[in-house]
Amino acid sequence: MIEIPAFLHWFALLAQGPGRAAAPTLQLVIKVMDIVVCVKRVAATDSQIKIAADGKSLDPAGIEFVLNPYDEIAVEAALAAKEQFGDSTVTVVTLGSADAQKELRTCLAMGADKAVLINDGGRSQDAFSTAETVADYLKGTAASLIFCGKQAVDGDESQFPPRLAELLGMPCVTEITSLTLEDGSLVAERDIEGAREVVNCSLPAVISTNKGLNEPRYANLKGIMAAKKKPLEEIEAAAIDPATSIESLSLPPARSEGKIVETVDQLVDALKNEAKVL
Amino acid sequence: MSNIIVIAEARSGSLKKTSLEAVTAGKELAAKAGGQVIAIIVGNDLSAAKEALAASGADKVIALQSEALAQYSGDGYSAAISGELASLDPACVLMAHSAMGRDLAPRLAANLKTGLISDVTALHYDDSKFGATKPVFAGKAYRKSYFEKSPFMATLRPNNWAGQSDAGSAEVSDASPSVSAADLKAIVQEVVAAASDRTPLQEARVVVSGGRGLKESEHFKLIEDLAAAFGPGVAAVGASRAVVDAGWRPHREQVGQTGKVVAPTLYFACGISGAIQHLAGMSTSQFIVAINKDANAPIFKVANYGIVGDVFEVLPALTAAVKATV
Repeated sequence: MIEIPAFLHWFALLAQGPGRAAAPTLQLVIKVMDIVVCVKRVAATDSQIKIAADGKSLDPAGIEFVLNPYDEIAVEAALAAKEQFGDSTVTVVTLGSADAQKELRTCLAMGADKAVLINDGGRSQDAFSTAETVADYLKGTAASLIFCGKQAVDGDESQFPPRLAELLGMPCVTEITSLTLEDGSLVAERDIEGAREVVNCSLPAVISTNKGLNEPRYANLKGIMAAKKKPLEEIEAAAIDPATSIESLSLPPARSEGKIVETVDQLVDALKNEAKVL
Repeated sequence: MSNIIVIAEARSGSLKKTSLEAVTAGKELAAKAGGQVIAIIVGNDLSAAKEALAASGADKVIALQSEALAQYSGDGYSAAISGELASLDPACVLMAHSAMGRDLAPRLAANLKTGLISDVTALHYDDSKFGATKPVFAGKAYRKSYFEKSPFMATLRPNNWAGQSDAGSAEVSDASPSVSAADLKAIVQEVVAAASDRTPLQEARVVVSGGRGLKESEHFKLIEDLAAAFGPGVAAVGASRAVVDAGWRPHREQVGQTGKVVAPTLYFACGISGAIQHLAGMSTSQFIVAINKDANAPIFKVANYGIVGDVFEVLPALTAAVKATV
C-alpha cells in the first residue's frame, strides 16, 4: 500500500462523486492509508441488567456506558497499523445517538485522528440496518483497512464485520488474535474450535479483533486534552428499517441457592448421588 | 414450497456435530412452517461429510465441491453458497454458531439483504412469522425477536438441539461452484491443531476454572490436575478474567463476558469470587461447585454446592477423590 502514488488517491477522491470531491483538502490527498475503526457505545460488563418498562429494552438507569471492550482492541490495532505505515489517518465511526460522542472522544484520546458520529437519534437498530447504514457511509470514503471489535458485548451478535465486508465487496478476517500487515495484504490468526487458523488476506479488508491481539493503550492526559480539539463530524443516519423486531427482553430464571458442604467427601457424595454427574 | 436451508460444516473432511444439530433445528421449523430441509456443504474432500449429512434427517443434501474451496474462505464460501441459494427458494437459512458460522452467516445475510439472529437458543414460528430467542449481555438477559424480512436466518448455539446420525438416507447431489482460486481474497492457509490432550472449553462436559485465589500462576497445576482426574477428553481448564489479565493464563481460557460463555454439565469455580462478568459466562452450567475461602463470595449465590475453604487443601483432596470415582 505504501508505494501507491499520492495522485491515485486524488483520483479516488474525484471518483467519489461531487459531494466528497468538491473540496478535498491537500491533507487528504497525501494520506496513503485510510484506516477506519467501527466502534459502539455499550453497557459496561459489570452492569446489572434491568428491563425497561416497555419489556423490550435495557433500562439505562444506573448503567455506566463505555466503549465496547473489543473495540478498544480494534482501536489499538488501528493505531499500531498507523505507526507501522506512517502517513495514514485513523478515523473512528459509530452509529448511535449524540451520547456516543463520549466514546468517540475516548478513541480520539487514545490517538485516533478524527471521529464520525452517524446520528440515528438513538432509534432501534439491528445488525442488518447498522451494517447497511455504516456501509453506505464508508462507500463514500477511501477506507482501505477497517477494524471492528469481534462483537459488541450488549447484543453479542458478532455480525457487523462480515456484513460490512460483504456490502463493501471486501474480504474479512474475524476474531483475530495476531496480525501481520504487509503491503497490500495481511496474515492473521484466529482461534476456532480446538484449533487455530492462519488466514491470508488481501487489502482492502475488514478485520474483527479478539482479546489477546494486543493490550489497548490508555488515554493519557495529553491525549485527553488533544482529543478535545480533534474533529468530530456528525452526520444524519439514513432511514433504514431493521430486518427484525424485538418482541421481548427478559431476565433468565434465577438459580436457586445451593448448599454449603463441609468436606470433600460430602461434596463427592452429593455430586455422585444427588446430582448424579460423577 | 419454500425450503429450510442448513449450511453444514466439515473440518478435515468430517462433519461437525453442530451441523447435525442444525439439521434437527431445521426439521423442527419445517414441521411448523412446511418445506424441505436441504443441507448444503462446501469443501473438497466431502465423501464422509456427505454420508453423515445424508443420515442426519435432512430431505436433500447438496455438496458444493471444488478444489479452490478445500480450505475455508469467507468470501469464497459466501459466493459459492449465494449462487446456489438463488435457485432453492429459501424461507429460512440456518447454521451453527461456530467460528465458521460467525464468519459466514452474516456475509450470506448481507448478500441476501436480510436479517440474522445469531447464537440462538430457541426458534419460533408463530402467525406465519419466523423468530428466535437469544442470550444477550452474555446471558444476563434473553431477547426474543421476529423477522420482518425473508429469508429468516439464524445461527444456533451448540448443545441446544440433538443431532441425529441414523435418520434415513437423503438424496445427495453434487454441484460445482463457479468460484476459482484466483477469486478468493481471504483464505485459510493453515489450521494448527491444539495439543490433542486439550478438550475445547465450550465442548467440555466438565470445566474446572481457577481465579485469583490460587495466588500464583504455578498453582494452576492444581486446576489442571483436577481436570485431568476426569480422564481424557472430559474436562477443560477455564480461568477468570483477573488471572487472564494478569498473564497467568491465555485469553482462550477466559470464561465470562469478554471470554467464552460455557454451559457444561459440571462447573468448578476454584478461588473465583464470582464477579458479574464471570457469572455471565457460566451460570447456565447444569451444576456449579464453588470452592472459596470467603463465605460471602458472590459465587456461592449461583453454586449448587459450595465448600468454604482453602483451595490449596480442598483441590488435592478433591482430585484424589475424583480419580478414585471415575
